[in-house]
Amino acid sequence: MFDKGAARFPENVSRNYNDAMPGRYSALLLKLSVFFEGSVLSNDILVDIQNLHFNYDGRPVLQGIDMKIPRGKVVAIMGGSGCGKTTLLRCIGGQLRPTGGKVSLENNRVSEMSHAELYGLRRKMGMLFQFGALFTDMTVFENVAFPLREHTDLSETMIRDLVLMKLEAVGLRGAHALMPGELSGGMARRVALARAVALDPMLVMYDEPFAGLDPIALGVIGQLIRKLNDALGATSIMVTHDVHESLMIVDYIYFVSQGKIVAEGTPDEIRASTDPFVHQFVYAEVDGPVHFDYPAPTVVREFLGGGARG
Amino acid sequence: MAESSSPIRKLGHAVVDRIWRLGFAARFFVAVLKYSGPSFRRLPLTLREIYFSGVLSLLIIMVSGLFVGLVLGLQGYETLQRYGSTEALGVLVALSLTRELGPVVAALLFASRAGSSVTAEIGLMKATEQLKAMDIMAVNPIARVVAPRFWGGVISMPLLAALFSAMGVLGGWLIGVVFIGVDDGAFWSQMQSGVDFRYDVWNGVIKSFVFGVAVSVIAVFEGYDSVPTAEGVSRAITRTVVTSALAILALDFVLTSFMFRGTS
Repeated sequence: MFDKGAARFPENVSRNYNDAMPGRYSALLLKLSVFFEGSVLSNDILVDIQNLHFNYDGRPVLQGIDMKIPRGKVVAIMGGSGCGKTTLLRCIGGQLRPTGGKVSLENNRVSEMSHAELYGLRRKMGMLFQFGALFTDMTVFENVAFPLREHTDLSETMIRDLVLMKLEAVGLRGAHALMPGELSGGMARRVALARAVALDPMLVMYDEPFAGLDPIALGVIGQLIRKLNDALGATSIMVTHDVHESLMIVDYIYFVSQGKIVAEGTPDEIRASTDPFVHQFVYAEVDGPVHFDYPAPTVVREFLGGGARG
Repeated sequence: MAESSSPIRKLGHAVVDRIWRLGFAARFFVAVLKYSGPSFRRLPLTLREIYFSGVLSLLIIMVSGLFVGLVLGLQGYETLQRYGSTEALGVLVALSLTRELGPVVAALLFASRAGSSVTAEIGLMKATEQLKAMDIMAVNPIARVVAPRFWGGVISMPLLAALFSAMGVLGGWLIGVVFIGVDDGAFWSQMQSGVDFRYDVWNGVIKSFVFGVAVSVIAVFEGYDSVPTAEGVSRAITRTVVTSALAILALDFVLTSFMFRGTS
């Protein structure tokens, strides 16, 4: 919906201008229109990934990913375990340098930034880690206050108010004095969410936010992700394999398999998709293009000689 | 395939890996020094680490120092008695402690007690993605986590060594003067005249500072470079204790050979 439509838009506009303004100025107007429309479009796209490649120890993990993530949207990146989703997220955050292609965030080439520039950009990002990654030697309050204390000169009174407001947003204001070890998995994830949005970031990245949660906590986290994104006017990228929760809260979904985007679409398009990969993934089918078994010699070869030895 | 698993190739890989890791450790040390600014600008960060590394090591250092002094007193008296110079017990105990035993034994204890703890803490922070979380929040983990722990250790070490030596002297005095009956005045006056501040005490302080740098950098590096699993962290802790002990003893030999050449 976003990327393909966005790519077509300038051509449509230019064609309209060309029809309406014949004559010697038409070519100039056409170029200007493309330029200005192109600027508007590039401003609407927060994350632009083009032909992204990443190899780990010579093994290709990402192979030519193209992705455009517009501002204000919640986008899910889905796929089986080990398909390269988290690597993709880490390339966006600049934690990994791609081996090819480019990642642009707010028209800045993340992959070519210096350490200092990257840190400047990361002040506008938040990230929720799979198990929260809360600082275990700090209370819930101190965890949420951490980015505020590190990056602002706000007074302690102001920090206190902001932290309690963030904790209130995730329903944990009353737990501000607890230590991370005293929290359940769902509560820890919510505290981490409050910490991720403490500086009101423009981009929030979620790495498996639903992993290991009970259905109630899962629903709560899902709703919080959507509501916080809309309330902050942020953009969210969510790496997950929880199909049903994601289909309820996201605007667009990319499916990644073996380092490539194999399908994409809105939740409605995904539900109606007849693509074998999407169908297998959404309906959790055993048979399909994705194999459950790890590659191995045939059973006959393994047991009747010539196979691997234990 | 057979070629890649040949012993020579494995040996080559192991050597290259060790050299690469040594280079990485050197670059890491430079990075720790480079990002040490916040450790001093935000002093509470470093004071907290001095408390965890230094103050919480006080008990083991004081008790060990006392026992080492008691043993030195007994052994020293036993030997000196043969030559009829038991009044030199004070100077023997003091020189043994300030020159060698104080810095070396205190550093070995410090590596076991505080070094292993620092490695475990940083290793577990890595395993639970706390360091990554800090990095994505644009907070440099080397500046915020590693450097304060490094300087906490470096500052604590000479103080602990001094305390160890003081407790050792007290132990020697207890055994020699209180229990055996060596003359109190001779014990202290011999010590005062026999121990040179710059040559003996100051060299001991330099030694303990060098040991503090070595133990602290090994501890923070092993934690930061640990494999982020339970087994990886446990191996890193073991490496901290073993490498620190070897580094302390090797550095002690090098420093002693430069500092004490029998000129005094």
